[in-house]
Amino acid sequence: MELLLLFIGAVLVNNVVLTRFLGICPFLGVSKKVETSFGMGLAVTFVMTLASLISYLVYKYILVTLHIEYLYTIAFILVIASLVQLVEMVIQKSSPSLYQALGVYLPLITTNCAVLGIAVINMQAEYSLIKSIINGFGTAVGFTLAIVILAGIRERIQFNDIPKSFKGYPIVLITAGLMAIAFLGFSGLIK
Amino acid sequence: MEWTSILYPALSIGGLGIVFGLGLGVAAKKFAIEVDPKVPKVREVLPGANCGGCGFAGCDAFAKAVVEGKAKPNGCPVGGSDVAAKVSAILGIESSDDVKKVAFVKCQGTCDKAKEKYEYVGVMDCKNANFLQGNGSKACEYGCLGLGSCVNACMFDAIHIIDGIAKVDEEKCTSCGMCVEACPKNLIDLVPYDNNVRVSCNSNNKGKDVKLSCDVGCIGCRLCTKVCEFDAISVENNLAKIDYDKCTMCMKCVEKCPTHAIIVKEQEK
Repeated sequence: MELLLLFIGAVLVNNVVLTRFLGICPFLGVSKKVETSFGMGLAVTFVMTLASLISYLVYKYILVTLHIEYLYTIAFILVIASLVQLVEMVIQKSSPSLYQALGVYLPLITTNCAVLGIAVINMQAEYSLIKSIINGFGTAVGFTLAIVILAGIRERIQFNDIPKSFKGYPIVLITAGLMAIAFLGFSGLIK
Repeated sequence: MEWTSILYPALSIGGLGIVFGLGLGVAAKKFAIEVDPKVPKVREVLPGANCGGCGFAGCDAFAKAVVEGKAKPNGCPVGGSDVAAKVSAILGIESSDDVKKVAFVKCQGTCDKAKEKYEYVGVMDCKNANFLQGNGSKACEYGCLGLGSCVNACMFDAIHIIDGIAKVDEEKCTSCGMCVEACPKNLIDLVPYDNNVRVSCNSNNKGKDVKLSCDVGCIGCRLCTKVCEFDAISVENNLAKIDYDKCTMCMKCVEKCPTHAIIVKEQEK
C-alpha cells in the first residue's frame, strides 16, 4: 500500500514537470506530436528507472562504503550519461523514425535535470532500493503523462485561430501553466 | 591528509567510468546499425563546423544525404571546392561541378534604364506581382521586378535589391540555387565565378520592343556573334548566349555590343 501511494504520489501529486518544474526542455520541445512525445516518455522512463536503480547501488555500495558521498553528483551524471548513450543506440537500432523525430532531445536527456533530480531526491529521502525504483518509475510515468497530454492539446490547438502574439511557444507555456494548476488539484489525494 | 582520500575517489569514479565505457562498447557492437561505409568517410573530409549552411542539420546529416544522392558533393559552402573534390573522389564520381559557380541576375534594368508600365502597389513578392496584368509592372516582361523574392530565399545574405533590381554579392554566394527557384521570371542563373563576361539580359523580345522598354537590353543584333573569334556566342530567340567553355574573355563582344547588354563583371560594381 505504501509503495502504491508512493507511485501515485510520484505520478500525480509530485508530478516532475508540473509540480517540481524539472525537465521543461523536452516537455516543450518534443510535445508537438503525441507519437514522438510518447516515444520520448518511454525513453525517459527507461533512463529514469534504470538510473534510480543504478545510482542507488552506486551510492550505497560504492560511495557510502568508501565514505566519498560528496562525489554523488559526478557519479550520478556518469550513470545517467551512460544510460542515455545506451538508449540512443537502442532507439537508433529499433526505430530510426523515432530517432529522427526525437532528434537533439534524445542526447539532451543526459542533461535533463529531472533524471538527475530524481536520483538526488531518492538519495536525500533515503529510499530503499524498491522505493527508489518505484519513485523513479512513477516520476517517469508522470513525465510521460504530462508530455502526452500537452502534445494532445498542442495537436488540437494547432489549427485554432490563436491571436498572433500567442502563437507558438507563448500559448504552449500558458497551456502548461493551466495544466500545472489542474494538477494542483491532486495535492489533496495523498497526505 | 590520508592518501586514501584521493585514491578511493579516483579509483571508484575511474572504475565506474571504465565499467560503463566497456558496457557501452559492448552495446555499440550489439546494436550496431549498418551504415553505408561511405558515410563516415565523407563525414571525415567535411569541415565539421556543423553550421547548417548546406541546408541539413549538420555535417553528419549532410554526409548521409550526399551518399544517398540527396545532396550534391559540392553542397558544403564552408569546404568549397577542396571538400567537393574529396567527396566526389569518395563517391567515385567525376567532380564536374568543381568550378565555383555563383548566381547571376540576367538583368540590368535599373530604375533609370528600364521603363515601368504602371505603378505597382502591393505585396512585396515577385511571384504575386508576376500574376498581375502584363506579368508585373515592368515594361519588359522578362526583366527583374525587384520585389525581393530572391532576397527572401537567400539564406546567406548574398542577394540584395539595389536600384530596383536584384544584385548578387558573389563573395557571399554559395550557389545553393535557392534564388534560382524563387525567381518567377527565371532570371537567375548559376554561372562560373571565374568567367567575367556575361550577357545581362533575359529578354526574348525583338530588338524594337526591347529598345522601347529598356536602354540596356539585348536586341539580338548578332554583332557579338560576328566579332567573336571563338564561336562562343550564339543568338537564340533574340537573346545572346555565351558558351562559358569556349569563352576566353577577350572582351571583343563587350566592346562591340551596342546596348551594353554584355558586361564584364567588374563593371557592375
